[in-house]
Amino acid sequence: MKILQEGEGKLIGWHDPDEQRAWVQKKTRAMVDKRMSISDAVKKYVTDGDVIAMGGFGHIRISMAAIYEMVRQKVRNLTMMGKTGVHDIDVMIGGGIVSEVEVAYCFGHEMRGLSKCGRNAVESGKVKVVSEISNAGHQWRFLGGMMGVPFIPTRTMLGSDTLKKSSAKVVEDPWTKKPICLVPSANPDIAFIHVPRCDIYGNCQYDGYVVEDFEIARAARKLVITTEEIIDNEVIRETPWRTVIPGFFVDAVVEVKYGSHPCNMPGQYYFDEEVISEWLDMSKTDEGLKQWLDKYIYNVKDFDEYLEICGGKEKMEYLYKLEHYQAPLKAPWLDRKLNAGGKK
Amino acid sequence: MSEPHYTNTHLMAVTAAKLLLDEKSVFVGTGLPMIAAMFAQRTHAPNLLLIFEAGSIGPQVKTLPISVGDSRTGYRAISVSVMHDNMSFSQSGWTDYGFLGGAEIDMYGNLNTTYIGADWDNPKVRLPGSGGGNDVASLSQNFFIIIRQTKRNFVEKVTFITSPGYLTGPGAREAAGLPANGGPLNVITQYGVYGFQPDTKRMYLKSLHPGIDVSEINANSSFEIIIPEHYEMTPEPTVEDVALLRELDPNGMAIGK
Repeated sequence: MKILQEGEGKLIGWHDPDEQRAWVQKKTRAMVDKRMSISDAVKKYVTDGDVIAMGGFGHIRISMAAIYEMVRQKVRNLTMMGKTGVHDIDVMIGGGIVSEVEVAYCFGHEMRGLSKCGRNAVESGKVKVVSEISNAGHQWRFLGGMMGVPFIPTRTMLGSDTLKKSSAKVVEDPWTKKPICLVPSANPDIAFIHVPRCDIYGNCQYDGYVVEDFEIARAARKLVITTEEIIDNEVIRETPWRTVIPGFFVDAVVEVKYGSHPCNMPGQYYFDEEVISEWLDMSKTDEGLKQWLDKYIYNVKDFDEYLEICGGKEKMEYLYKLEHYQAPLKAPWLDRKLNAGGKK
Repeated sequence: MSEPHYTNTHLMAVTAAKLLLDEKSVFVGTGLPMIAAMFAQRTHAPNLLLIFEAGSIGPQVKTLPISVGDSRTGYRAISVSVMHDNMSFSQSGWTDYGFLGGAEIDMYGNLNTTYIGADWDNPKVRLPGSGGGNDVASLSQNFFIIIRQTKRNFVEKVTFITSPGYLTGPGAREAAGLPANGGPLNVITQYGVYGFQPDTKRMYLKSLHPGIDVSEINANSSFEIIIPEHYEMTPEPTVEDVALLRELDPNGMAIGK
């Protein structure tokens, strides 16, 4: 195939498929109890310098419990696959654990606007953007990783600067003779995925909103599951069609109720915009960021204590009601925007 | 003169909604594109099929989601699928319209949402990047753009082509390998609705908004927007239109107070 164009972005997370096959051959298929604490899971499975991918969608069904723990343990120099990174990558950057990012979407908070914390880090050079990609491009990198092929052909990104700064290549398609974009496959070193429920072996059931977890779970070299609830293996076997991630892909299982807080857990709780607002506000400055990290991470012993600081049981009941349209949205960032005159 | 019953954000949202035809499919981005699609579905286009990149298909969204992936996007949906599905069926042609915003735009409808400044390695302002934007611009049959217009962001040349419009002009998308006959149809701003000339792919005035003098179109753009001899006048949103916008966005996240 004739190579027509080569992206200038850094190639991260790519492995020769044979090397990947040798890696997965070493992993066990045994049904063993994989439960452990989040502290032990981070100690055991995260290595400084790892290429990391997070499940969910940036601020939907993300493993905040794992993020807080990585910050607490002062993990360093992770390369983040920023496939819709929102609150996840923001706290990871603020917490000083990320040094390089491949960006599909990062440093923004959708309706909430841009993230000052993420922007500051990139604009000051503390965090380096090493390559660009699109969301579909990223998603298909994981698809290639799970399929055991070196790349996936796609028609996205062609002609754009996004492709120019990506690690993709453009070749002449042998059938149509038209240019086609090849995104390199990806097998991240580590992934954390937060799920509604799983058994002690890591068999995970979902209630929709899988996004790209199906592919990430199968592409990742190490996979830690955090879960709202541990269920009996019998429940899995009665309804096996609900399993999205079979347990043999999983290295560790950590039960963390409300583990995606302050982010959305579909069907269970909506965003805690009060806590997210405080983050957006305080993380604008180095001093504020330090205070935030002390208050919510360093001076907190575990996730339960963190939840208490955020409003405990009463807050969690409100977030359930909010998720089900039974309570009004309280969003200080929005009040500030509207009071400032907002947009015309 | 009394205050009008609508803001220019209301006008942009309602005008955008009217471009979405019934029984078509639309892949929507965060904010005003969502509101436009929700409004269309509640008025003239009840069978408009909404598609969200995180997986939701065919919802009847009740109130404005904060994210294109949050649980609000799945309200009364026909499927909550996965990104691979929604991106793949867009690539195979099932998505009629995309709907995007942007930070900078040029005369060919190329969009920048990546950075502002001298170079990519050392940005003055780092923006979020493509997200699903490039995919929507590349893979939808066609797409719409909604953006607030200033001389500063309607630029001769975008800093970075995050998402492709017509690139360098006629035939450029196809030459790059993008699906045939794609590209932006219209741009909605607070001054008017623009189209792209079939022969040059350059932006022209299609419809002028109420209360706007035609001279304001080019006074607020760094490239020349072609003003044809005949152009339409955008209708004002009605009181009922504004009430519906407030119902869809009760907190004013996208439409303001």
